[in-house]
Amino acid sequence: MGPVRPWARVYVGCAVLIALLCAAPALDLAAPPLWAVVLLAALHAGSERIPLPRVLGPARAGERLAGPGAGEGSGTFFPVLLAGAFLLPPEAAVLVPLPGALLVPGAGRPPWLRRSWRAAQLALAVWAASHVHAALGGRDAVAGPHFPYALLTAGGAVLAFCLTLTALDAGILALAEGVPVRASWSGLFLRSLAPVAVHGLAGLMMAVLWLSPYGPVAALLVLLPMYVSCWVFAQYHRERAAHQATIRALVQAVDIKDGYTRGHSERVGQASMMIARELGMDDERAEVLRFAGILHDVGKLGVPTRLLRKDGPLTPEERRIIELHPEYGHEMVRGIGFLGEARSAILHHHERLDGSGYPYGLVGTQIPEFARVVAVADAFDAMTSTRSYRRARPVPAALEELQRCAGAQFDPAMVRALVHALDRHGWHPAVTADEEHGTVPAPAPPVAGEPAVHRRGGGGV
Amino acid sequence: MSAGRITLVLARTAAAILAAGSLVLILWRGLDHPAVALAFGMLVTVGELARWSDGGEREPAPLGAAGALSYALLGHNAGQPDHHGVQQVVTVVLAATLAGCVPHAARGRGSTADHLTRRLLTVAFAAVCFQPIHEHGRLHGWGGSTYALLVVALLVLTTLCDAVLAAALAHSRTRWPFGPLLRDELRATLGIGSAVCATGAVMSLAVAVVGLWALPVFSLPLLLTQLSYRRYAAVRTTYRQTITSLARATEIAGYTPAGHARRVAALSRAVGRELGLSGPELTVLEYAALMHDIGQLSLVDPVPAGATASLPAEEQRRIALLGGAVVRQTGVHAEVAVVVERQADPYREQPVSARIVRTVNAYEEMAREGTGPGGPLSALERLRLACARDYQPEIVESLARVLQRDGLTLAVTG
Repeated sequence: MGPVRPWARVYVGCAVLIALLCAAPALDLAAPPLWAVVLLAALHAGSERIPLPRVLGPARAGERLAGPGAGEGSGTFFPVLLAGAFLLPPEAAVLVPLPGALLVPGAGRPPWLRRSWRAAQLALAVWAASHVHAALGGRDAVAGPHFPYALLTAGGAVLAFCLTLTALDAGILALAEGVPVRASWSGLFLRSLAPVAVHGLAGLMMAVLWLSPYGPVAALLVLLPMYVSCWVFAQYHRERAAHQATIRALVQAVDIKDGYTRGHSERVGQASMMIARELGMDDERAEVLRFAGILHDVGKLGVPTRLLRKDGPLTPEERRIIELHPEYGHEMVRGIGFLGEARSAILHHHERLDGSGYPYGLVGTQIPEFARVVAVADAFDAMTSTRSYRRARPVPAALEELQRCAGAQFDPAMVRALVHALDRHGWHPAVTADEEHGTVPAPAPPVAGEPAVHRRGGGGV
Repeated sequence: MSAGRITLVLARTAAAILAAGSLVLILWRGLDHPAVALAFGMLVTVGELARWSDGGEREPAPLGAAGALSYALLGHNAGQPDHHGVQQVVTVVLAATLAGCVPHAARGRGSTADHLTRRLLTVAFAAVCFQPIHEHGRLHGWGGSTYALLVVALLVLTTLCDAVLAAALAHSRTRWPFGPLLRDELRATLGIGSAVCATGAVMSLAVAVVGLWALPVFSLPLLLTQLSYRRYAAVRTTYRQTITSLARATEIAGYTPAGHARRVAALSRAVGRELGLSGPELTVLEYAALMHDIGQLSLVDPVPAGATASLPAEEQRRIALLGGAVVRQTGVHAEVAVVVERQADPYREQPVSARIVRTVNAYEEMAREGTGPGGPLSALERLRLACARDYQPEIVESLARVLQRDGLTLAVTG
């Protein structure tokens, strides 16, 4: 993120000011429940500082100024804050989040602006929750304890907490990054309501046990399952990142072996996803289709490098070997459960509508939908990226070529979808931030053309 | 009956006697506070129904366990004392667990008998520790916080006993060494085990304060934890599948015979387990064994039959280094790359996982060369002769034990 815009600074300043005003009455509170405030604040600060493995760290400190509760849901540890809102009068509850938010390490840049924003945001949310809770008569319900009425008051408080948090987030997003308030607010609110509600239940249990004869010791136990849950969630993210890195490495190995420009496979994935969105597929299918695009040529790992980079024309025998790569790829990914439909796309991405493709010479709608999408995306990227033996063609020329081949080689619906998607969003191939890599030893630059290139369409092998 | 099975039979007999005795007593005497018993029974049943389908997890039904433990440690309900006794706890948990196991058993998943044995013995232990003290009113003078600490201490003790019991059962079933099994169980206790423990304690205390409303309210966080675990397990499975696919690349490219990587991985895991490696170490070993030949992808021409063990040492080491470079790219744990890199070094310079991979790989290749039943035997003989430098004698012997135990089938079918 670039420098913070001045209006965003003013906004943060206002939030801090209001939070301070909310906290001011705590100074002359007749009998401030001081030890409770200190204990809860220390708990919150402690749970913020416990090193949750990598993933939650940055998410919690806020990649953007917008808070974490907005994003993944279980970024910050809300149960302590909500327990504070249920237990303490509003002006005292405001103090609970402050030490944790102000002392959070590695807050990102600029650190103090972010920290004070975070502190003010949480303080205001807790203040609102505490007020609503008190107004509904929640203090008596918790102290009683009167169930199920206590659940109702807690629900009201959670709603207020969530609304305040996300409204403030939407405001800063609008000022700092120009996102329209309405859309971002409803999105943030709906996404964070469920996790905050679960945290709210834990907070309610904490408050009830805190006031019970068993005291704060029992209340502390409530935090343990919540913490384990966050920890496992972080592990999940780490493992998922490792998995994605593995897949990326796999396709880089293919790209290098093939002498393609780096990132061909990932760009095919991106184009496939654009087509999927245009066709109105749901997110899950679009994601699988992206993997189909990324992994479409993985079978080339099984083709001797010598053939893939052969200088000069191929003998029919050599061509036959290269044309085995869809089947190799299918054989390789057979065991990967989540790929589902993508496996058929890998097997059939060289089929052509008129039946002259391989490996099976399927015709028209016999070819799986995913395979028809990947074929178009593959050809498009092959034409628009620079190869060692020719320069890249401009996007309009490539689209023209695709439209010319639609019907015989490509599915016209997919070509149309790609044209529409490019009209709307343009073509910004993701530059994968990859560093040095020598997966398979870097090849000598290939001298001659792609083997067995179908001149029309130029979709690679 | 071998000595190892005795533990299993003993545990099952004890659980059966306990269950039958409690059931008879309760049928004769009737239930005390049936509404409370029903509520806890339903909680346990729901927990069992939401059980993990794959059997690889340490605590397959966290909510069921937490519910059962909290019932064992329940002293009051909404401020009123509740004396239900050990027999009633055992009976309720038995009935609820059986009810929850029906769908799983119908689909033929998981071993219900072992699961039930563990659950009953653990719950009975907790109840025997707590209920008599409570019944005799010895806790009356205690402060609330002390009482809460007592509950936690009892739960910790119970969890430790459960870990020992689980390790003993696993040991008698699989004959893997007891020490590493216990270590793995205790490590798992820190994760989901601690969440179960805390939830059990909180539920029994919260029910004492607010009554049965506490059950649904506090089930949610634990269900959330279980959900997180399930997603974690799912992504781990996918990851393993991807690594296996990557390993298959060398086979499809014709560098190594079909199924070689998978067989080496399975055999390496068995040897590693025999030698007492822990869970995470076994995972590293397995991934490294799957990818040990990946360096061959970088070769211009395939090694004949993919048999690297018969190549000159320099060439072996070069391929190993290439493989390490590939593995480093894949984002797999760096330890895996180290194992792959060092697989061709003399054993004294290797980490133990690399020694295992090297030995097993050599065995797999040599056993394939020889035909007929003599192949594996002569392969072992050749490994023993090369013990001076290339292969560690202890690992060769461990491999021989694994092969003998599994009747050499592992090597053939993978």
